[in-house]
Amino acid sequence: MANRTGALEQPAAARAHSASLWGDAWRRLIRNRLAVVGGVIVLILLFLLFFGPLIAPHEYWHQYLKEVVANGNRPLPPLSPNFILGTDNLGRDLLSRLMDGAQISMTVALVVQAVVLLIGLPVGAAAAWYGGRVDSLLMRFTDVIYAFPDLIFIILLTVSLRDTAIGEAMNGVLLVFVAIGVVGWVGMARLVRGQLLSLKETEFVEAARAIGVSDFRIVTRHLLPNALGPMIVSVTLGIPGAILAEATLAYLGIGAQPPKASWGILVADGQQFVRSEPFLVVIPAVAIALALLSFTFLGDGLRDALDPKLKGKQ
Amino acid sequence: MTVSDDRGGVGSPTVTELPNAVTIATEEGRLLAERLADSGRHARRLLEVRNLSTQFVTDQGVVHAVDDVSFELDYGETLGLVGESGCGKSVTALSLTRLVATPPGRIVSGEIIFDGIDILKLSEEEMRLLRGRKIGFIFQDPMTSLNPTLPIGFQIAESARLHLGLSRKAADDRTAELLAKVGIPRARERMGDYPHQFSGGMRQRVMIAIALACDPMLLLADEPTTALDVTIQAQILDLIRSLSAEFGTAVILITHDLGIAAGMCNRINVMYAGRIVETGMVDDIFEQPKMPYAWGLLDSLPRLDEERGARLRTIEGLPPDLVNPGPECRFSPRCKYVHDRCRVEEPELSAREGEGHLARCFGTEPGGWIK
Repeated sequence: MANRTGALEQPAAARAHSASLWGDAWRRLIRNRLAVVGGVIVLILLFLLFFGPLIAPHEYWHQYLKEVVANGNRPLPPLSPNFILGTDNLGRDLLSRLMDGAQISMTVALVVQAVVLLIGLPVGAAAAWYGGRVDSLLMRFTDVIYAFPDLIFIILLTVSLRDTAIGEAMNGVLLVFVAIGVVGWVGMARLVRGQLLSLKETEFVEAARAIGVSDFRIVTRHLLPNALGPMIVSVTLGIPGAILAEATLAYLGIGAQPPKASWGILVADGQQFVRSEPFLVVIPAVAIALALLSFTFLGDGLRDALDPKLKGKQ
Repeated sequence: MTVSDDRGGVGSPTVTELPNAVTIATEEGRLLAERLADSGRHARRLLEVRNLSTQFVTDQGVVHAVDDVSFELDYGETLGLVGESGCGKSVTALSLTRLVATPPGRIVSGEIIFDGIDILKLSEEEMRLLRGRKIGFIFQDPMTSLNPTLPIGFQIAESARLHLGLSRKAADDRTAELLAKVGIPRARERMGDYPHQFSGGMRQRVMIAIALACDPMLLLADEPTTALDVTIQAQILDLIRSLSAEFGTAVILITHDLGIAAGMCNRINVMYAGRIVETGMVDDIFEQPKMPYAWGLLDSLPRLDEERGARLRTIEGLPPDLVNPGPECRFSPRCKYVHDRCRVEEPELSAREGEGHLARCFGTEPGGWIK
């Protein structure tokens, strides 16, 4: 912070070495090969989120019916000219549809985790900081949400809010994402509460109080940064669950509607032809699995990198 | 409020508004708000503690951790609070800043008049204005009292920005200046470093910089050197002494080490079992202590002129349970000179020879049995 403004006489190399906690964590992370692979795939997916439609070889909804008819009314198999991963039974390019689906899956990942943080973090933080009755009340509420069957809750929420503004945003997809987040924040709330409960007894909190820092600021500036490691890990590891939940819902017909292609929809559509054209199921399934694994590896890597207890072991 | 110029070129920032838009709710708060603006003397003494009692509710009952404690502190004076573990030293200090964890703790009665303001009447919000601004606190263990995820520069600047309303730039300048003052070399560059990049002694210097960031009138040092080795201890104490002299800060030094107290303090309060049992100028306490507990403490100091291999002397027994203390002198179970009277009645603090020298002992009162 300071060296940005002031004296930087020290050579850059020496400076770089006395890096922060985050610098340390970063060095440990990039030494973890699986995490790096996962991270790279996640970056590719993120790239697709923003630029997928621009670089896709075809429009995801365009039906190349002539080619399908020429192929004896069967989907073009992978490695066909022009269609690297083949087409579906309606002649739509599978690669383009996968890339479009990546957009939905990544949006799911981000929106769901944002909702999870937005609800889970304040609930957990308030429960831990105020303790006593507030804590019991919030945590029992959390238990209730936890005990409610997720799928029913999501479906109820989606159906009952269908005609509101949020229900119509992004063709109703956003609502599904928010609904997944609304049932998924319980773990985050418990995590944050647990972290803060132990942190709030530390002496540096007392020291912060002794210089007159307000409660809100103690929680946000002093406590949360200390809990950030586990939170980042939880967010990363929660993403596969969210992607899977979206795929499940799409498979059930909730959420993205045709011709939009989410990975779940691709699996559901391909399923009809699983005997004759197994690649229509296998390819999107592999994409889902790959994304999940990547996030999991990245999450594992982050956990190890951010855990101070592992310092020096790697 | 202005930071005086002799402390370096912070550029005398003037503050017109209270930080964080604190609502002033009480009469004492209004008084405080007026006084925060300058560092003049508003009362006869900086601190007057009267009949302070702090209790903790536990499963075993109510612990009378600080029981009817009264003392005074002059502007710029250094006062030692000495006594063994659990005698109420730290709770006294925490009570002065109202940092006693509530529940289970509670300040049940008394008055704490700081610079003419009864701080027990302030609202919690108003209290926040006082903490760090007028009262600095140095904690015992520098290894755990700094936030490991924030650069030390941030932690020092936080107090100055909060209370003095300094801009980021001005706060950075002030931080660099403070770091240099507490003897951290290359202060500017080290502001961005994290606590784990400093040694224990260096961290305690950072803690001192934090405590002094707003030029407080009172510095509470709760065993500031207990976690440090002896050579570092001496450096840190020198630092506290010289800075408090330079800034004119009054210090309450809490320690169980009488050697430290003797070297640092003008006056000493000896505490035992939640009570002050003897108080006086440092010379009186060391040359003519008038309470068997103080003798015991002094006697248990290892001495250089002693035969090698001689056993260290201790005070036999343990401090009493502070749940429902009886009417007797609290030291009587461990006292070598105990008489029947001590077991049924507790002596009051009464005058002894020497300025402000008071002791709580029947035996050393005029006509007492201890010579």
